[in-house]
Amino acid sequence: MISREPAVLVLEDGRRFRGRAYGARGRTFGEAVFATGMTGYQETITDPSYAGQIVLQTAPHIGNTGVNDEDPESRRIWVAGYVVRDPSRVVSNHRAVRSLDDDLVAQEVVGISGIDTRAVTLHLRDKGAMRAGIFSGADASLPEDQQLELVRESPEMTGSHLSSAVSTESRYTVPAEGERIGSVAILDLGIKAATIRALAERGFDVHVVPESTTVEELFELDPSAVFYSNGPGDPGASDDHVELLRAVLRRGTPFFGICFGNQLLGRALGFGTYKLPFGHRGINQPVLDKRTGRVEITAHNHGFAVEVPRGGPVETPAGFGRAEVTHVDLNDDVVEGIACLDIPAFSVQYHPEAAAGPHDSQYLFDRFRDMVLASRRSPEEAIAVEAEPQVTPRDVSPTAGADAAGLNTAAGAAANDTESSND
Amino acid sequence: MPKRDDINSVLVIGSGPIVIGQAAEFDYSGTQACRVLREEGVRVILVNPNPATIMTDPGFADATYIEPITSQSLEAIIVKERPDAVLPTLGGQTALNAAIALEEAGILAKHGVELIGAKVEAIRKGEDRQLFKDLVIEAGADVARSHIAHTVEEALEFAEDLGYPLVVRPSFTMGGLGSGFAYTPEELVRIVGDGLHSSPTTEVLLEESILGWKEYELELMRDTADNTVVVCSIENVDPVGVHTGDSITVAPALTLTDREYQRLRDIGIDIIRLVGVDTGGCNIQFAIDPANGRVIVIEMNPRVSRSSALASKATGFPIAKIAAKLAIGYRLDEIPNDITRVTPASFEPTLDYVVVKVPRFAFEKFPAADARLTTTMKSVGEAMAIGRNFSTALQKALRSLEKRGSSFSWAPSTEPAAALVERAEMPTDGRIITVQRALFAGASVEDLYAATGIDPWFLDQIALINEVAADIAAADQLDADVLRLAKEHGFSDAQIGELRRLAEGEVRAVRHAMRVRPVYKTVDTCAGEFPALTPYHYSSYDEESEVRSSDRDKVIILGSGPNRIGQGVEFDYSCVHAAFALSDAGYETIMINCNPETVSTDYDTSDRLYFEPLTLEDVLEVIDAEAASGRVVGVVVQLGGQTALGLAKGLEAAGVPILGTSPSAIDLAEERGLFAGILRDAGLVAPKNGTATDVAGALDVAESIGYPVLVRPSYVLGGRGMEIVYDRAQLEDYFSRIEGQGIVGPTHPLLVDRFLDDAIEIDVDALYDGERLYIGGIMEHIEEAGIHSGDSSCTLPPVTLGQSQIAAVREATLAIAQGIGVRGLLNVQYAIGAGVLYVLEANPRASRTVPFVSKALGIPLAKAASLLMVGQSIDSMIDSGLLPAQDGSLVPAGSPVAVKEAVLPFKRFRTAEGRIVDSLLGPEMRSTGEVMGIDRDFPRAFAKSQQAAYGGMPLSGTVFVSVADRDKRSIVLPVLRLQELGYSLLATEGTAEVLRRNGISADVVRKHSERGVPGAPTIVDVIEQDAVDVVINTPSGGASRADGYEIRAAAVAGDKPLFTTIAELSAAVASVEAIKAGFEVTSLQEYADQRATSAGVTGDTKPGRSALG
Repeated sequence: MISREPAVLVLEDGRRFRGRAYGARGRTFGEAVFATGMTGYQETITDPSYAGQIVLQTAPHIGNTGVNDEDPESRRIWVAGYVVRDPSRVVSNHRAVRSLDDDLVAQEVVGISGIDTRAVTLHLRDKGAMRAGIFSGADASLPEDQQLELVRESPEMTGSHLSSAVSTESRYTVPAEGERIGSVAILDLGIKAATIRALAERGFDVHVVPESTTVEELFELDPSAVFYSNGPGDPGASDDHVELLRAVLRRGTPFFGICFGNQLLGRALGFGTYKLPFGHRGINQPVLDKRTGRVEITAHNHGFAVEVPRGGPVETPAGFGRAEVTHVDLNDDVVEGIACLDIPAFSVQYHPEAAAGPHDSQYLFDRFRDMVLASRRSPEEAIAVEAEPQVTPRDVSPTAGADAAGLNTAAGAAANDTESSND
Repeated sequence: MPKRDDINSVLVIGSGPIVIGQAAEFDYSGTQACRVLREEGVRVILVNPNPATIMTDPGFADATYIEPITSQSLEAIIVKERPDAVLPTLGGQTALNAAIALEEAGILAKHGVELIGAKVEAIRKGEDRQLFKDLVIEAGADVARSHIAHTVEEALEFAEDLGYPLVVRPSFTMGGLGSGFAYTPEELVRIVGDGLHSSPTTEVLLEESILGWKEYELELMRDTADNTVVVCSIENVDPVGVHTGDSITVAPALTLTDREYQRLRDIGIDIIRLVGVDTGGCNIQFAIDPANGRVIVIEMNPRVSRSSALASKATGFPIAKIAAKLAIGYRLDEIPNDITRVTPASFEPTLDYVVVKVPRFAFEKFPAADARLTTTMKSVGEAMAIGRNFSTALQKALRSLEKRGSSFSWAPSTEPAAALVERAEMPTDGRIITVQRALFAGASVEDLYAATGIDPWFLDQIALINEVAADIAAADQLDADVLRLAKEHGFSDAQIGELRRLAEGEVRAVRHAMRVRPVYKTVDTCAGEFPALTPYHYSSYDEESEVRSSDRDKVIILGSGPNRIGQGVEFDYSCVHAAFALSDAGYETIMINCNPETVSTDYDTSDRLYFEPLTLEDVLEVIDAEAASGRVVGVVVQLGGQTALGLAKGLEAAGVPILGTSPSAIDLAEERGLFAGILRDAGLVAPKNGTATDVAGALDVAESIGYPVLVRPSYVLGGRGMEIVYDRAQLEDYFSRIEGQGIVGPTHPLLVDRFLDDAIEIDVDALYDGERLYIGGIMEHIEEAGIHSGDSSCTLPPVTLGQSQIAAVREATLAIAQGIGVRGLLNVQYAIGAGVLYVLEANPRASRTVPFVSKALGIPLAKAASLLMVGQSIDSMIDSGLLPAQDGSLVPAGSPVAVKEAVLPFKRFRTAEGRIVDSLLGPEMRSTGEVMGIDRDFPRAFAKSQQAAYGGMPLSGTVFVSVADRDKRSIVLPVLRLQELGYSLLATEGTAEVLRRNGISADVVRKHSERGVPGAPTIVDVIEQDAVDVVINTPSGGASRADGYEIRAAAVAGDKPLFTTIAELSAAVASVEAIKAGFEVTSLQEYADQRATSAGVTGDTKPGRSALG
């Protein structure tokens, strides 16, 4: 039956939307953003990049296909709050094992339903992403000004360092599938299962390392390549990861970054980053690959972007030789990909691993693989690769200490699921 | 790549007449293509014999050919116009087939014309089942598994692999003969046995059944740089087994996870690449096994399709327009998105609303037809609705159908749940209502899922609607919360009234008092991510409205709703013209309509588009929203057919100004007694008549005026329930058949007219501004009175009427226009019998023939009517040059003759036994569309109309003749002529004897009723053996009636030209000589120039406003 319990979404500029309680009851705060994908709510809410955000789905019907054990992108739901218009009352899919509502309640995610989600979307589009709170249960009846004050007291996204909250606490490894070509160390800033899968499928042993990993710890693994994942937070607040990346680049280790990783490559090269008014969050964004002239339909989830001159190759301010913009968003000309021309490093602002989203950009993982193979052909690297020790298939229990709060439910651990859920 | 510079002129092929499966959506796509190409500076040459289309308006192309779509005709146009390329992907299967025929005949190569949009190779790969299957497998996807069996034993063995039920299709039989589903080995033995027997190669194809699987469609586009986007996903609520055109469909797909959806997307992209569609759109259909997610590719259309039109309206992404741009070389990323104007077309629309399409059927027109829905499409139109959730969109779509009983209701059930569940098993028109009633009666979602295969998510939504209905009924009082809950799930005021035992108006008054009002959201392709600049709106009971205010005077135009027999694309034509004309005159035009197939629901036809049901409630709310942001001058109701006209009274009562003829004047024409008074005052006569509200009254009237009588209910379009009644028994039978349909009653009396045998029927379209009458055209029917004007062929100018008769018609029309008080359009039907002019009926609204008249004579009637309604006089429109000085009552000597011919759907409909329904014409309209032939004289024009309608008379061969006794005298001359033209003749005994006495020899063939006698075959056998080329059969009563039916059914099944009236036969005979004399094509623009020259006018006199002006 439809919930009739009240709930309210309060935006920091004072606008309020009354609706019905959904998911867990209580209060929650975060940056209000809207996601425009029509499919893939399960992947969306388990994407660590959404940590700290109250996510609004513009698609009205959410939860129709329930929740299964194959599609989560990480070990838990990360959204700080969930705003939907019409939550499903039933589950209809052969793979479903639970309802979305079950998971939201079990993982204590406060949500709201039955509001004019389009009005909220247009408001955020016009005024920009902003802090918000959802109040339900007893908190729904708090005085309006008190609710607003609570929202305004909550932390801002700009300047927030959320990587530590989402990253694995200890290293774990996923072995290569098929012919092994080397290893890649992923700095887990909010890694998604689909990325690990895409790299393992291309012959990499994948070491997922905590975001707090030091240069020494990283190089001790002697990876053939380094990968920076997507993740939440302000790239401007991640000096530690930038410094680590500069060490990787100086060492000449091939590098690939996506999303947050793209912003960090930009910063490592000496470019600036800035906050977009309301961000890109959807699975229909047209991106032009300037090298091929082809357009790919891509999955996006970013509120920040890198500022790089678009014209052609430029000298990197941090002295890593030349770099150029390789990908741009055709909707608003935002830089969506950069590549170094003198060292083996590139990154994209969007999600080639998709999930949710189209598979048009999977070629980037091939490009990465080719780059690693090509750089290995230099004699120095060839020796390094030969000298590389065999990595044990799984040296760490992936769930170990991941979430002390016990939020780790049946959604399972990323690493555990990675192998079984390849498609 | 930017636009190609080697394509300066393009021949666009239209889709021809409206038929089931290929309807107004191709006018929409073709019109878009023509507009785009002209904007790009390309010279557009258009061919389409369908006059009721917007695309054939002379303003939309540089050269418009209302000519048949045949290789002969197309080659003549190519020779004359020398286009650089032919674009066949926007005119449905008709255009695609025509292009393949041109290519195969070497005509394209001979004249150096390139096929753009799709290459023949790609078309073949998409259409050839085996090639396509191979390609799907190459793409790594799956097709239905199948085996070929030559013996029953083999079949049983394969069945073990495929599982039951399975499909049996005998090879090389016609029209699916002998195919069927086998659910058990016993059935398999029987069906395979029969199939092997009927297959000339003694083989049957066994295919795994995917009945009951979930069905999806993707609309894709690809450009020359291999950029591919999925514009829309569509989910069929009815599972596999019902043609997608007959299914209730939803966009976007609502029951797929991202993983499943991306799998369909990947397969779709691989297929469009492998097929090689490189500059345009395609549609791919999938089936998914709900038990395990297995995906099967059903088929693809390498062209713009019916679903593309729906997808365009559902998303705001104009597929046809983009396809046309891609065809001339653009890439997707070079084309801007019309709605946002800042983002490119190389993206995938995302929806923050739900779209539901429901089909509209016409089974009531074909009582003998089997109403079961199958993989053969039978619906004649569709309605689409947009809502912020599924329940709202579904309820809005159902009430958009404008059909009694099409909306959910909650009257206590008389049928037990189990019976309803059982009834829901068979897919039929209105099954969704049965499902809702079953749930209401206590059946579970599980029961209905088992019975129907409809996804439980959709079933739960219907259960939700029932729960909300229960809440509404049970609420203590009708307060704002209850109203809001109801409105959030799409309940109409009428439905709430039913649940609360209140009148619809009372509910509305309460609701308005509580300020529960809809807001209007925008279709923007991007779920709000970017500002939308195109005001394409739908209603929602949400918080925030997006209607922008405006200080311009506004005119609201009501469209004509879903297409149906009797109310089709012709009315949309008039509405679109009103939007153009009024916009040019400085008004802000606002269109309300719910038909996704049309040009009127293209977001750039009017200044604002509201995609809403055409009910009083929905229309009033739009008017209110618009009035809140500017001044509404009035509402145009006379162009949208009976749908719009039917709302006039309610709108007037609500204080809304009606433009043009007033609702009380409309009543004068509709109400029999009042209309009789007008005729009396004008000294005009109608056939003797009377009205009755029940059977006794009708019998009294009929007996006083004498049989035969023509009976028809008032306030209907398309002759619904109209019949010629010859005796008392038939009249009683008529009442027993219409009982319970609510079409005759105290407020809607039955009209009973003396039927005029052997009279000539005349149709007149005219304008009246209160002072001056302007005749649009006077059309003479080719068939005698008694056949519905929509099914009758007619000629303009009339070919047998004298000047004095025309003068009398003109005078009578003026008197009627004055008497009614018309301001705008008027259509009058007359009959001339024994020298007397009878008035049959008058309709103060746009008629079906407005576009035909406009094209035949170059008079923009609908535009003039709309300007007239906002106060312009006919004199001023003549002064401004919009109307020619000479009206359509006088057509100068030497003018071309235009012939309109109806296109009928008999072949689509089968009886429960699988036989074709009878194909006789009568007073009830059954045609779905029309074509026009235009040429220098009647025989040539008629010949073209026949070619366009069905391919035309063969120029030699065998003609079979069997006519009723009353026709035996008039048959002699035309048949003699056929013999002289070299046809051989075949006749039944009686007819042959009459012919023999007149010196015409015909071979005698047995009647069907003489079958079973050993020896010669019957006529039905002969037709089935393809030994007859033309069939002439006029209906007769008594014992021969059954014979006639068998003959006609065989002719329709075998696609043979069939003449059921002597008048039409005579015209066809004359046309044969014309065809033999040669074939010429002339564009509408050339005809306009000829008219201008003969009228002595200089300068640009092309009719109509430029499409792009």
